[in-house]
Amino acid sequence: MAVSKRIVLHFPPRLVDRPIVSRLVKDFNLDFNILKASITPDEEGLLVLELSGEQTDYDKGIKYLTKTGVRIQSLSQDVIRNEERCTHCGVCITICPTGAFEIEPLSRRVNFYNEKCLACGLCIKACPPRAMELHF
Amino acid sequence: MAKTIGEINNRIQQGKAVVVTAEEIIDIVKQKGINKAAQEVDVVTTGTFSPMCSSGAYFNIGHSKPRIKLGGGRVYLNDVPAYTGLAAVDLFLGANALPDDDPRNRIYPGEFNYGGGHVIEELVAGKDVRLVATAYGTDCYPRKKLETWINIKDLNEAVLFNPRNAYQNYNVAVNLSNRAIYTYMGMLKPNLGNANYCSAGQLSPLMNDPYYKTIGIGTKIFLGGGVGFVAWQGTQHNPTVPRTEKGVPREGAGTLAVIGDLKQMSPKWLVGTSMLGYGCTITIGIGIPIPILSEEILNYTAVTDGDIFAPVVDFSEAYPQRKSDVLGEVSYAQLKTGKITIRGKEVPTASLSSYSRAAEIANTLKEWIIRGTFELTEPVAPLPGVESGMTLKPLKERPITG
Repeated sequence: MAVSKRIVLHFPPRLVDRPIVSRLVKDFNLDFNILKASITPDEEGLLVLELSGEQTDYDKGIKYLTKTGVRIQSLSQDVIRNEERCTHCGVCITICPTGAFEIEPLSRRVNFYNEKCLACGLCIKACPPRAMELHF
Repeated sequence: MAKTIGEINNRIQQGKAVVVTAEEIIDIVKQKGINKAAQEVDVVTTGTFSPMCSSGAYFNIGHSKPRIKLGGGRVYLNDVPAYTGLAAVDLFLGANALPDDDPRNRIYPGEFNYGGGHVIEELVAGKDVRLVATAYGTDCYPRKKLETWINIKDLNEAVLFNPRNAYQNYNVAVNLSNRAIYTYMGMLKPNLGNANYCSAGQLSPLMNDPYYKTIGIGTKIFLGGGVGFVAWQGTQHNPTVPRTEKGVPREGAGTLAVIGDLKQMSPKWLVGTSMLGYGCTITIGIGIPIPILSEEILNYTAVTDGDIFAPVVDFSEAYPQRKSDVLGEVSYAQLKTGKITIRGKEVPTASLSSYSRAAEIANTLKEWIIRGTFELTEPVAPLPGVESGMTLKPLKERPITG
C-alpha cells in the first residue's frame, strides 16, 4: 500500500551536515518533497517533508531516521483560526512563510487558507489577539 | 452653506440627516464636487480599530463590611496589579499591567499572554474577575485582606479612561539589523524582511479633521462599542509636525484622551492584545462623527489613502536610540498594495490596525446617527492646534549626584 505523509524532522547540530535524507531515496525507495527547510541560530536543522512510498518502505525509512538521531514529529497537528478573536488586522500576512493568509483587497478582511498551512506555528504567538490556535 | 451642529441635530431628529462614512465621501466628492457634496452631506463618520497602549479603566468596587482601605495597599485583578494610589475603593487598571510572576522577556521573546487589557476585556464580557487585596488597616478601615469575585454589573462605576488614543498618523516600522526584533509594531524580520504600519488611513478620525476644527473636548464618540467622549488632547499631542499641502500630518501628530462608561461597551471592540517580546495592551475601537459645517471641513474628510504619507523608521537602531533618521516616506495607498520599496528592496507590508473593523465602526456610527440614537455635540473647548506651538518634548535627563 502506498502512503504519503507530511512530517517534520529535527536534526541535532551534529547531524546537520550529514547526507541523511538522500538515503531515503537510495536505500528505502521513497520519494520526498521538501516543503520547508531551515537551520536555526543554534544550528538545529528543521526539515518539513512530504514523504511517500510503499508503507513497508516508509516504516523502514522512519526507523532509519530515528536510529540516526533525527527527531520526527508528525504533521497531523492543525492550525485553526478562532473567528471570534480574529480582528482582521493582518499582522499574520508577512509572518506566514507559506502565504496562508491573504487580505481581500476591497473588504480588507483577512482570509486564512488552511490547505496552504504547514502548521509551523509562527503565527500563533505573533497574532496580537491570539486568534490562531494549534490543535493536535 | 455654513451649517451649525444644532441644525444638523434637528435633521437627525427628523430622520433627514445625510450621513456617510469617510470611505463613501471620497467617491461622493469625486462625482458631485465639493460644493454640492457639502450641501447634501451632514455628517461624515470615521473609525479606527487598533492596539492603543495608553489605555485603562477605573473602578469603584463598593465598600466591604468591615471596610478596607485599598488606597496605599495592593490589589490584583486576575493576578494583574491595579493602581491603588486613590481613595479607599477606587482602582485604576492599565492595559499594559502584567502579573508579578509573568516571566516578561526573561524567556525571550516573552509571550505576554495576559495583562490589564485582557482583564478589561473579560470584565466587559461580563465574566467574574478575582480580586485579591491587602491593606495596612486603619481605625476607620480596619480590614487588611480581601479576596472576592467581582463582576462589572455590581461595580458602582467602571469607566474606560485612555490618556492617549487615536494617533493621527504613525511610523511604518522596519528592521535594518540582521536579527529578528520584537517590537510594539510586531515582529520585524531582519534585513528589511517586512514593514508594519498602524493607522486606518483615510478612515482614521484625526486624518479626516487634520486641524481639529470639529473634534474637540466634549465631542461625543463611539468608544469600545458604547458611547464616550473626547476628554482632552491625548498625551504626546503634537500638532506642529510637518504637514502636506492638504494639511495631513506626515508623521505621528495629534492624539486624543477619551472617556466612557465601560458598562455599555462590548468585548468585540475592546480586545486584550499580546505583542510578542513587547508586552500586553488592548485593541480599541473608536469612531468619531464629523459635522459638515463648511466646504472646507468636507474637503478634509475627502482625504484618501494616496494623500496620507507615513515615515519609514528602523526599529533596530533609529527608534530605540531616538535618532531622527527616516528611511523614506510612503503613502497608505502604497502600504495597502502589500509591498513598498525601501532602499531599492521590495518589502512586504502588514497592518496592526484593522481596516475592515474600522469600516464597521464608521458604518455602525452612521447607523446610530441615521436612526436618531446618536446626536452630535458641540465641543466645549478646542484641542490645541498648530497655532498653540505645542510640541513633543524629549526627556532632558539631569543626573542626580550627591
